[in-house]
Amino acid sequence: MLYREAGQYKSSYASDMAVFPLKEDRIGIAVILAIALVAIPFLGSDFFIASVMIPFLVFSLAAIGLNILTGYTGLISLGTAAFMGVGAYSCYKLTTLFPGVNIIVLILVSGLFSAGIGVLFGLPSLRIKGFYLAVATLAAQFFLQWAFVRVPWLFNYNASGAIEVPQRTLFNIPLTGAAATPETRYFVCLGLVVVLTWFASNIVHGKLGRSWMAVRDMDIAAELMGIKLLNAKLAAFAVSSYFCGVAGAMMIFLWYGGGEAADVFSIRLSFNILFMVIIGGLGSLIGSFFGAAFLSILPTALKFGLPALGIPIQGAAAEHVTFMLVGALIITFLIVEPHGLARLWQIGKQKLRTWPFPY
Amino acid sequence: MKTSNLLKGAALGALFAAGALAPAMAQDSVYFANNAYRTGPFSGSGIPIGDGMRDYITMINERDGGVNGVKVVYEECETGYDTKKSIECYEQAKSKNTIVYSPWSTGATLAAIPRAHVDKIPILSMAYGLSSSADGTNFPWVFIPPFTYWDGASVMVRHMAAELGGMDKLKGKKLGLIHLDAPFGKEPIPVLENLAKKYGFELKLYPVAAADMQNQGSLWLSIRRDRPDYLYNQGWGAMNPTAVKEAAKNNFPMNKFVGVWWAGGDDDARAGGDQAKGYKSLSWTLSGTEAPAMQDIVKFVVDKGKSTTPKEKVGEALYNRGVYNAMLVVEGIRNAQKLTGKKVINSEDMRRGLESLNLTEARLKEIGLGGFVTPTTISCTDHSGHSKMFVSEWDGAKWTKKGDWVEPLKDEVRPLIESNAKDYVEKAGNWPKRTEPCEKSS
Repeated sequence: MLYREAGQYKSSYASDMAVFPLKEDRIGIAVILAIALVAIPFLGSDFFIASVMIPFLVFSLAAIGLNILTGYTGLISLGTAAFMGVGAYSCYKLTTLFPGVNIIVLILVSGLFSAGIGVLFGLPSLRIKGFYLAVATLAAQFFLQWAFVRVPWLFNYNASGAIEVPQRTLFNIPLTGAAATPETRYFVCLGLVVVLTWFASNIVHGKLGRSWMAVRDMDIAAELMGIKLLNAKLAAFAVSSYFCGVAGAMMIFLWYGGGEAADVFSIRLSFNILFMVIIGGLGSLIGSFFGAAFLSILPTALKFGLPALGIPIQGAAAEHVTFMLVGALIITFLIVEPHGLARLWQIGKQKLRTWPFPY
Repeated sequence: MKTSNLLKGAALGALFAAGALAPAMAQDSVYFANNAYRTGPFSGSGIPIGDGMRDYITMINERDGGVNGVKVVYEECETGYDTKKSIECYEQAKSKNTIVYSPWSTGATLAAIPRAHVDKIPILSMAYGLSSSADGTNFPWVFIPPFTYWDGASVMVRHMAAELGGMDKLKGKKLGLIHLDAPFGKEPIPVLENLAKKYGFELKLYPVAAADMQNQGSLWLSIRRDRPDYLYNQGWGAMNPTAVKEAAKNNFPMNKFVGVWWAGGDDDARAGGDQAKGYKSLSWTLSGTEAPAMQDIVKFVVDKGKSTTPKEKVGEALYNRGVYNAMLVVEGIRNAQKLTGKKVINSEDMRRGLESLNLTEARLKEIGLGGFVTPTTISCTDHSGHSKMFVSEWDGAKWTKKGDWVEPLKDEVRPLIESNAKDYVEKAGNWPKRTEPCEKSS
């Protein structure tokens, strides 16, 4: 009734292949963007923007990056955090070497370094698959994390051994550093995430994305059809690491405001993002957002939301409850829907199309 | 398409925004948020620290009805020693107008330092954090009493010299530094390198990767090969008990093995069993409950059932450091009240109160900690105090003070602090110049 395709005719190939063929979907996207652009910055408190929305956006981008590799190409990676670290450290090096260049440009460029490193560590994927590849990417995680601590040149020999984020401005508005307001940082994050999501969407719906999925579903068949495995797999590593690198640079520059590798880009973060992708839905961009929301917003909401709703629990207890709740929800979701939240969303939409007279 | 989640988020956001999170400010109270970690891999150290802080503040509220009649509303924000959660806690503390931010992790301190100078919230990082933040001219909003890791490293060298019979006896000796391979662990290196050059001893580094905290076998093989005369341990968490166990296993003489103060928890040493006897660590608080203030904690808080601390844990090394940290906060409030004439102070008054903190031996006696903790004096330029510390020794059951109170080599440490602070400020670009007038110590 509300969500029907009846009467929406397609009269060209372009409209037939559109990402959002239904008018209702396009309206939905517009509403979401309007909420993100207008409602949240003007209605949300500083705490909500800085501690809920910015982390959510950063993790969404990282989850999209991992989803390209794991969900679309079927290559399991446990080195996500390290590739994010490459982005963060290259952004730091770039901004200290070229202080005049705008930081947004540098955040986007730092992803390229991450892509390069990603390709390097992606080379073994040609010969090994599955579990063995996971271990190879684990080596990337440990080696890169070690390098971030061991190579003082990467953090400019700072006595603290950490990245110290300098203030960078656009039209005299501080974007990074302490003087940057949460709203400004949020807008920069939002802009980057929207543009890069659109970019990712176009890649996965295009030739490259199709070849990734072919590789994922059966690499031998894909090769017989003329898809070059080397190119497809390395492209997946490059694009995926690019997204992770940009997410890592965003993480340090627009959210943390300083930090060190051992602390931020540890294996825990890699696992966290892998869980986001699994719960959100493998091989789905929407799923990346769902997964990031689930695993990044939910703990914060429980920790600060429960006391706010008048359920008095102390810090440590809240932390344990969060652990248990999130764990239980993960198990529940995976039992109810092994294909993740994105699949649930799809089923919901399917049901809506036949509502109120299901057949 | 993420409408449902966004709606949920927006609804929660509205809840936050509606001030549901604003603290219920009673009449005449100040709000103090403390980062705690009673969960996660470092909770073994976090729990006694948090207990000490909570019990001292409760004691002040119970015994004196607060600071000059102003109750201290103390709230813990659980971080699990995770920087992401610590940043959340900072944002929350800020929104609730905390008078001081107490990060309790070096990562959290590093992330908060730039923000604190904009948000005008003083950071109190007690003997941890960024060593160069002891420079009050460049870091007016950060306080690092009673001393920094660099002071600790210099006292280690003094301790070595004292046992060998003078600074000139250091020549040709070997000092090993076993450290966590992370910024925290690498802190003492620049000072030790300078002193090694100056006094002609050799410095050997033994880094422990965070992943190998509990697996130090190969490292101790090289320690056995190098046979350093002394070993200094800059470790934290699970790394310490492992190091103590390994030292015992490898027959490294325990009396030559000294830990930084955070490697001097009771459980760290206990892990080594009987062989850990003689393990040393730097400290500035005596263990035990003999001090009058500690007696009051037992009397007003623990015995009244207002505490979650098991009675046998009261007075352990880390617990007493929690007490010391809470005492600094309380005295900061007291000073700020004196300076401003206000009863209920805000974070900017608190900064003034901390900057004029002058805890002499006489003042500590009034507080009820005289002789049990180090006196410290903070000034406008010196936000640390570079106070005295002592070497304490594990006797198999508890930490006891060995030897005298030792001054750090301030002439070695201070120039390094100032040059590093200058470096930090230059790199930060647009670092806010100090505009706050200097406070006189009172």
